Amino acid sequence: MNFDFTPEQLAIKKMITEFANSEVKPFAQDIDHEEIFPEIQIKKLAKLGIMGMSIPEKYGGTGLDNVSQTIIMEELSRACSSTAVTMGAHTSLTCYPLVNHGTEDQKQRFLPKLASGEYLGAFALTEPNAGSDAVNVQTTAVKDGDGYIINGNKIFITNGGKADLINFVATTDRSKKHHGLSIFTIETKNAKGFSIGKKEDKLGLRGSNTQELIFQDMYVPKENLVGGIEGDGFKIAMGVFNSGRIGIGVQGIGIAQAAFDECLKYVKEREQFGRKLHKFQAIQFMLADMATKIEAARMLCYRAAHIKDMGRNYIKAAAMAKLYGSDIAMEVTRQAIQIHGGYGYIKDYPLERFYRDAKITEIYEGTSEIQKLVIAAELLGRGF
Amino acid sequence: MNIIVCIKQVPDTNEVKINPQTGTLIREGVPTIMNHDDKHALIEAVKLKGNGKVTVLSMGPPQAEETLREALALGADEAILLSDRAFAGSDTWATANAIGAAIKTIGKYDLLLFGRQAIDGDTAQVGPQTAELLGIPQITYAQKITADGNKVKVERQMEEGYEILESPLPCLITCMSELNQIEYPSLKGIREAYRNKEVKVWSAKDIGVDPTKVGLLSSPTSVKKSFTPPAKGQGQMIKGTSKEVAKNIIKMLKERELVGGF
Repeated sequence: MNFDFTPEQLAIKKMITEFANSEVKPFAQDIDHEEIFPEIQIKKLAKLGIMGMSIPEKYGGTGLDNVSQTIIMEELSRACSSTAVTMGAHTSLTCYPLVNHGTEDQKQRFLPKLASGEYLGAFALTEPNAGSDAVNVQTTAVKDGDGYIINGNKIFITNGGKADLINFVATTDRSKKHHGLSIFTIETKNAKGFSIGKKEDKLGLRGSNTQELIFQDMYVPKENLVGGIEGDGFKIAMGVFNSGRIGIGVQGIGIAQAAFDECLKYVKEREQFGRKLHKFQAIQFMLADMATKIEAARMLCYRAAHIKDMGRNYIKAAAMAKLYGSDIAMEVTRQAIQIHGGYGYIKDYPLERFYRDAKITEIYEGTSEIQKLVIAAELLGRGF
Repeated sequence: MNIIVCIKQVPDTNEVKINPQTGTLIREGVPTIMNHDDKHALIEAVKLKGNGKVTVLSMGPPQAEETLREALALGADEAILLSDRAFAGSDTWATANAIGAAIKTIGKYDLLLFGRQAIDGDTAQVGPQTAELLGIPQITYAQKITADGNKVKVERQMEEGYEILESPLPCLITCMSELNQIEYPSLKGIREAYRNKEVKVWSAKDIGVDPTKVGLLSSPTSVKKSFTPPAKGQGQMIKGTSKEVAKNIIKMLKERELVGGF
């Protein structure tokens, strides 16, 4: 058993840590408070090959293993989770369907542009009446000559208003329920009938773009049906989420670690009752609990990434990593505010931002309750 | 252009803590980094090389390989680590002897780039000493380098402003951080560095250096004592309008007999 990263993974960790500390972290407060889309940071990430990290080298990507991708997600989330989710929605959610299920033609047309960062991607499933209940997608794709006519709208789409390429889920046959779902790719700049709707005003991740998408008699050629087969959409989407969960788990860990690091600094500086805070056993106990939980959650995430790298079934491991990673993100950021007292509650310090950012990790890419259903199904067998 | 860049692995001084009892640096568990000025020298070399080759050279313990791999990831073509117990404890003169011998072993080069100084020792000596040893021209404190055929034009930083110097090749230049923007190794660069490039390890024997000119015992200088200077006392804030503040400062300086003649 080996808990150590390889020398190459350590080099990646060192690079992304330095990058995150110098190029991302100093801007995180402004990105959040002013709702600045982290375009500059994303361009710099693209230059380092990070926007193509989930894409094979054959298609212009850097084809990283999952452990390395997890390292990058953790470090970026520690610095700025708005930047991290903007990247993750591209590298994980958007690229997954094309890398794993795209036709050769689709891979050649889209992956090099996504890998270089020329295209920013988004993945669109959620609708007003279809979130956790993914099967209830109302957006329709009706066969029309050599393509499909799409009608419907998507909400809460990360990168939705900024994306050059969107993979979205629509139903090609409502009667077949989840077997009737399909995924299509559009390039937004020449998609007639496509428009963006309301930009959401969110609790956290305020620098990330979350927007409504509207499809009105939008034509999509059949060459853009991902994988070329109708009815594969549900299976592909579940793959997207199983895989993405590791990233959200570790996003929680990055946020928790950031909050913890602030605490460690603060308790050595702040004095009350004539003593530095870290001299109080109550504070020491809090720190010990926080650090232990972060470490336990980190182990779950990297183990899930490792299992995925080994090519084994990682569904349960990923769901556990996401469930616990998001759980401790909430707990640690709450405690971190408690340790900072009033200073934790005001916007001059980053603690309240960490707390707001942490909450979404319990919701997106499957709520905590969905994770428990996934874990239970894996434990009990799918047909229980 | 063929360029040799000399780099040093140093403790990350942002992370270094001082042992209050002994007053020495606690190096255990402190992360190491490529010396900042050296990184700027390397980035410049990669820009200048054209069809040539960039070789990075470092002297240090086996762990310094990590820093050389980082240099390879940043675009260096070859890496050599001078690592031998015989080099341990070398001062700047002894280090320059080892570096000089290694450069002679490498052979042909057009340009030698060094960082201005290392953040752990702050001597700024090894570059100039190496140039003297090799008998080639040197330009220190470079803030801009332009290669032009068989010569280089360099802006050399001064206290106020800079001077422009020209030198034939080969020559040695010590580099400042103003030369270029910091870069990070790309994922592709890291992969190349770890999978397709090599770090050669050379011993004292490999570079044919005179053993009486390297190592602790051969070093003419030695560290007598390291200590932390006492912390400065609290400063005094002088408030008011600019005029009032200026008046106050002059008064205080006069009282302490630090200035006169007003």
